[in-house]
Amino acid sequence: MSIRKSGLTLLGLLISMPVLAEQGIDAKINQAIEPFANAVAGFIFSSFPVAGVAIPFVLVWLIAGATFFTFYFRFINFRAFRHGFQLVRGDYSDPTAAGEVTHFQALATALSGTVGLGNIAGVAVAVSLGGPGATFWMILAGLLGMSSKFVECTLGVKYRNEYPDGSVSGGPMYYLSKGLAARSDKLKSLGKILAVMFAVFCIGGSFGGGNMFQANQSFKQVVAVTGGDVSWLADKGWLFGLVIAALVGLVIIGGIQGIARVTSKIVPFMAVLYVTTGLFIIFSNASEIPAAFAAIWHGAFSPEGIAGGVVGVLFQGFKRAAFSNEAGVGSAAIAHSAVRTKRPVTEGFVALYEPFIDTVVVCTITALVIIVTGTWDPSVDPSQGVALTSTAFESSISWFPWILTLAVVLFAFSTMISWSYYGLKAWTYLFGESMATDIVYKIMFLFFVVVGSSMELGSVIDFSDAMIFAMAFPNMLGIYFLLPVVKKELNEYWAEYKAGTLQKFGDAANRT
Amino acid sequence: MTQVLLVGIDCSDCSHRAVDYAANWARIASARMYVVHIIEWSPFSFNTPQENEKRHQRREAELARAHSQILDPILADLKSKGVAAEGVVRHGHPAETLSALSAELNATNIIIGRKGQSPIKAKLFGSVASTLVQISDCPVTVIP
Repeated sequence: MSIRKSGLTLLGLLISMPVLAEQGIDAKINQAIEPFANAVAGFIFSSFPVAGVAIPFVLVWLIAGATFFTFYFRFINFRAFRHGFQLVRGDYSDPTAAGEVTHFQALATALSGTVGLGNIAGVAVAVSLGGPGATFWMILAGLLGMSSKFVECTLGVKYRNEYPDGSVSGGPMYYLSKGLAARSDKLKSLGKILAVMFAVFCIGGSFGGGNMFQANQSFKQVVAVTGGDVSWLADKGWLFGLVIAALVGLVIIGGIQGIARVTSKIVPFMAVLYVTTGLFIIFSNASEIPAAFAAIWHGAFSPEGIAGGVVGVLFQGFKRAAFSNEAGVGSAAIAHSAVRTKRPVTEGFVALYEPFIDTVVVCTITALVIIVTGTWDPSVDPSQGVALTSTAFESSISWFPWILTLAVVLFAFSTMISWSYYGLKAWTYLFGESMATDIVYKIMFLFFVVVGSSMELGSVIDFSDAMIFAMAFPNMLGIYFLLPVVKKELNEYWAEYKAGTLQKFGDAANRT
Repeated sequence: MTQVLLVGIDCSDCSHRAVDYAANWARIASARMYVVHIIEWSPFSFNTPQENEKRHQRREAELARAHSQILDPILADLKSKGVAAEGVVRHGHPAETLSALSAELNATNIIIGRKGQSPIKAKLFGSVASTLVQISDCPVTVIP
C-alpha cells in the first residue's frame, strides 16, 4: 500500500472541501466521523460502576499511578519543588555550556503544549458537570500528577536518542523500548510492543486532543464573539479549519519558523494576561471568595444535585485535570527530552512545575472565576465548554471575550504546533525518517484540523479524550518496570544535593 | 602580578580600535590578553520543540562561525604583531557575560569598543558599554 497515494487522497479531500461546502460539509463530516469517534471513545473509556457512576478504568489507572509514584518517591512533588525552581533559574547551569537548551526553555516549550484549551474549556465542563467541588479534586489530581511528570521526564532524558549531527529525539517510545530492554532480556519484546502501542496512540492523540479539540473549541469561541448563531461564520467551520490548517501548514510543511517563533513569544504573554485578568476578577469579587471556597470544599465531599454524588464530582475533577496537564500520558516527555543536561533527574524536578502551573494555578483560576462570578449554573449545557468561561469573564469585563478569543486561538495554535511535533516523532519512530513519510503525516494532521472545526463538540471531545488517555496505558505500564532506574538516579543525585557537592555557579553568570 | 586584559569584540571590522588599544597595552605591560566574543542568547527564551531539537547542532555551528570568521582573523593579526592572545566565545547577555567572564579569568581590565548608537537608541535599548560600566567589578575602558 503506497503511503504516498493515501497522502494524495487526503490532499485531494482537503482541496475539494470548499466545493463540497454547499452540500453542508459540516454535517457530512460530522455524520461520517461520529460513529467511529464514539466507538473508539467507548472502548478506551470502558468503565465500571462505582456508586452509580461509570468510572472509566483509564482514570483509575492514571490517578492510582500518580498516587503510587508520589509515595514511592516519598512526596517528590513537594520535596524537590524548591530545587526544581533553582534549576529553572539556572543556579546549577554551567556558563561554559550556555547556548544549549536550558531547563527553563524545555519547561516553557512543554508548557506551551499543555497550557491550552483544557485550561479554559475543560475546566468549564468540569465545573458545570461536577459543580464547584470538582475544583478540589482537580487540584489534588494536579498535585499527584506532578509525580507522574517527574518520572516520565526523567526517563525521557535518560533514554533519548542523540544523533551524530547533534539533534535529539526522546520520549516514551524510546524509554519504553530501550529502557525495558536494558532491564532484562525478557522485557525486551514487551518494551517494543509498548513503544509501538504508545506511538500509535500518540499519533491518534495528535489528531484528537492535540488538534481536533483545539480547532473545534477555538472555532466555537470565534463564532460566539462574532455573533453566535447569527454569525456569518456559524456554519462555516470548514472555512475556519482551512485557514488554521493553512497557517499550521506554513509552519510544519513550509518550514516558516517565523510564525511559530512569534506564537511561542505571544503565548506566554497571553497566559500571563489570562492569569492576571482572572486574579483581577476574583479579587474584584472579593466578598464572594469565602463562599466560593466553602462551595468548593462542601461540593467536594457532600455535593447536592450532582449525578453520582461525591464520586461524580471526583470523576469530573480528575478527568479534566488529567486531560489538561497530561501527566502520565507521556506527551510532555517528548518536549522535555530536548534539554541539555548530564543528570536526567534534574529535568524530572523541573517537570514538576508543569502540572503545577497548568492545573494548580491556571485551571484553578478559571474555576474560581466561574464560581465567584456566579456564572456556574448546573443547568447550563455542558457542551458549551469555552463559551461558559467566556461568559464568566464577560460578566466582569465586557470586552474581555475578544481578548479571550485571541488567547484561545493562539493557545490552540501553539498546542497544535507542539502536538504536530509529538505526533511526528511517534510517526517517524514507526515509519522511519524520510521526507515522504513526514509529509504524509503532516497532510493528515492538517486534514484533521479541518475535520475538528467542522464537528460537534460531543464526539470531538470524547474522541480527543480517548486518544490522549489511551497513551497512558503503555506509558504507565512501562514506567512501573523502570521505577528502580529512576529511584537510583534520584537517590544518587539527592545525596549529592543534600551533601552540597553539586557544583553551583556564581550568581553573576547565571542571572544573564 | 601580571595584568589580564579582556577585550570584548562585536565583529572583526568594527572592533579593531579596541583590539589595537589592548594590544599596545599588552605589549607595554606584558599583560595576558583574551579576545572575547559574546553571541547574544538568553536562557529564558521561548522556543518551539523543533528549535530545541536542533539547538545543540546550531550552537556548535554558531561557535564555529564565531571562531573562524571573527576571532581567528584577529588572533592571527595579533600574532603577526607579536602579541599572544587567547580567544573565547560565549553565549549570553553581552554585558553580563563579559562581566562574569572577567571574574572567571581573573581579568584586571576590560576593554571594549562602542557602537556609537544615537543617545535615544541607547536610552531605549541600553548599550553594552553603559551596562558593563554599571556592573563590572574591574575597571572598564571604552574605546570610542
